[in-house]
Amino acid sequence: MSEYLVEVSHLKQYFPVRSGFKTIPLKAVDDVSFSIKPGETLGLVGESGCGKTTVSRTLLRLYKPTSGSVKFEGEEVTDQNIHALRKEMQMVFQDPYSSLNPRMTVEDIIGEPLDVHKLYKTKEERREKVLALMETVGLNAEHAMRYAHEFSGGQRQRIGIARALAVDPKFIVCDEPVSALDVSIQAQVVNMFEDLQAERGMAYLFIAHDLLVVQHISDRIAVMYLGHMMELAESDELMNNPIHPYTQSLLSAVPIPDPNTARKSKRIMLEGDVPSPLHMPSGCPFRTRCRYATEQCAQAMPELTDRGDGHQVACWNK
Amino acid sequence: MAENFKKSPLSAQVDLSKFAPATDEEKRQQDVMGESTTFFKDGMRRLRKNPLAMGAIVVLVLIILIIIFAPMVVPYGYAEIVKGASNLGPFEYSSSEQASIAAGESVFPHIFGTDSLGRDYFIRVVYGTRVSLCVGLFASLMVLLIGMVYGSISGYLGGMVDMIMMRIVDVIYSLPDMLIIILLSVVLNETLGDVIKGTILAKLGTNMISLFIVYGLLYWVSMARLIRGQILTIKQNEYVLAAQCIGTSTGRIISRHILPNCLSVIIITTALQIPSAIFTESYLSFLGLGVSAPMPSLGSLANDARSGLQSYPLKLIFPAVTICLIVLALNLLGDGLRDAFDPKLQR
Repeated sequence: MSEYLVEVSHLKQYFPVRSGFKTIPLKAVDDVSFSIKPGETLGLVGESGCGKTTVSRTLLRLYKPTSGSVKFEGEEVTDQNIHALRKEMQMVFQDPYSSLNPRMTVEDIIGEPLDVHKLYKTKEERREKVLALMETVGLNAEHAMRYAHEFSGGQRQRIGIARALAVDPKFIVCDEPVSALDVSIQAQVVNMFEDLQAERGMAYLFIAHDLLVVQHISDRIAVMYLGHMMELAESDELMNNPIHPYTQSLLSAVPIPDPNTARKSKRIMLEGDVPSPLHMPSGCPFRTRCRYATEQCAQAMPELTDRGDGHQVACWNK
Repeated sequence: MAENFKKSPLSAQVDLSKFAPATDEEKRQQDVMGESTTFFKDGMRRLRKNPLAMGAIVVLVLIILIIIFAPMVVPYGYAEIVKGASNLGPFEYSSSEQASIAAGESVFPHIFGTDSLGRDYFIRVVYGTRVSLCVGLFASLMVLLIGMVYGSISGYLGGMVDMIMMRIVDVIYSLPDMLIIILLSVVLNETLGDVIKGTILAKLGTNMISLFIVYGLLYWVSMARLIRGQILTIKQNEYVLAAQCIGTSTGRIISRHILPNCLSVIIITTALQIPSAIFTESYLSFLGLGVSAPMPSLGSLANDARSGLQSYPLKLIFPAVTICLIVLALNLLGDGLRDAFDPKLQR
């Protein structure tokens, strides 16, 4: 068995998009590799549409990958063994309003994974397990018979987390679990994720676009741009010493709570817009907006290379 | 430290010492929440507030009670000929019946009179309503079943499967239904005529069988399209993805997650499908393509009444009014259901 819980290597996910009579691939995820250790949290950041969600969904085989492999505990994930692996890998969704079926009671929503994987023998055992899960995520057991629309956003997200926990997974993908919530509720939910990890030793792939949240919860952070992995490092290292020009500009956009410090810090503004993923620039996708771009950048996409201490960067010039 | 702290009189800072934690009892007082309502209960509550829909339900229940219980009360059969009692008006008696009344026997009145052959018209209308309602109900259920299965498979699987299934629907859509009913009833009459002899189907006649077949073959397409459209939108919701993520099977996702969420549309369309099926049956019978005599249906009764229209206009009015009542009530009920259950119309 390998050291890593989840290993993603050279994952590609192209969606066919028809324009006129031609079908051109939309390269949502292009050659992404990373791995996650047991009990570790990997943060995944990047702007909207850069393929964060696609990575996570392809990882869980909700989409069939175009190429590349995903290994769970050293075992290749395929269509054949995915049903059993669904017990080990779960997901928490972004929108707590659309991720819960409005026609089901909370008990049925949380109990569904138990039904699917036949994890109980009697009705009482199912109920007991559901109530225990509700207590774990801080929900009142009296609310088991209520419907999802009777809860607030934060409570709904807790229901979604309880559903993911029901099968006692080793790995949870959190797809922007807090971005639809109020800031005060965000903190509660993020802390709950941390507590649950301390309790159960799960690994997370934590997707967000709020860098401060990601820094708070993650051991390592990966930065994506237009379907490519740009930088991957320990979270403090990445925050203090970003190497890739995209990461630098991303970090300079993080709001600083202290106005005096904020005035002094310089914001690196990027020129232009994100290119369409249908018509990607050749070579490095970031070169059209990069200050350091050279001839070489247009010719080939740089590989992720180690710059010491596991700080990996994909850039020719830095 | 708190005592030494001197607060500025202008400060809006609250003095924490004035606050005490809530006791358990006080906390419990905050727990009161409204009664949990399901989607169905909520819809029924709105339906009950709609006087038109409730009126329609009352009318329908009355009609159904009459067609169930009237044949038990009225001593005449729908094919039974009362001698010398042809073309009586409502509550009139034939000369022989008047004689027996004079002799002290009680004779059940002909509420709607009798037809030209001397059959009690009330019981014929009752049986005609039975036939029409049953045909409407079963045809709609058939449409619902086929359309639901076909539409949900097509919508959920999507892609190539959806494309092929929807082109088949387009082809079926372009077939002329009336022509097929007429052709089928001719063909079925020759092939099935002997097979079904003596069964209940023989009483209804091959025309009705062809009507059912045509409903099963052709009329489900609009239902299938509708359900496919619904499923395409519901499929986008993250709870479907969440169910896939859990490992739920496709069948279970469709039946537990998708269909319950388009149930309202299904109920409404089915309720509106029944009157259209009744209508089809009625005008086919009116054209002579409906149930075979002596079994009456509302349409064939109206057709029979046409010949003596000038002398006996009531014979047309009774079945025509019944058709109107049923179709109007079902349409109003369908509208009421839509208002009550369609989430887009909710305030």
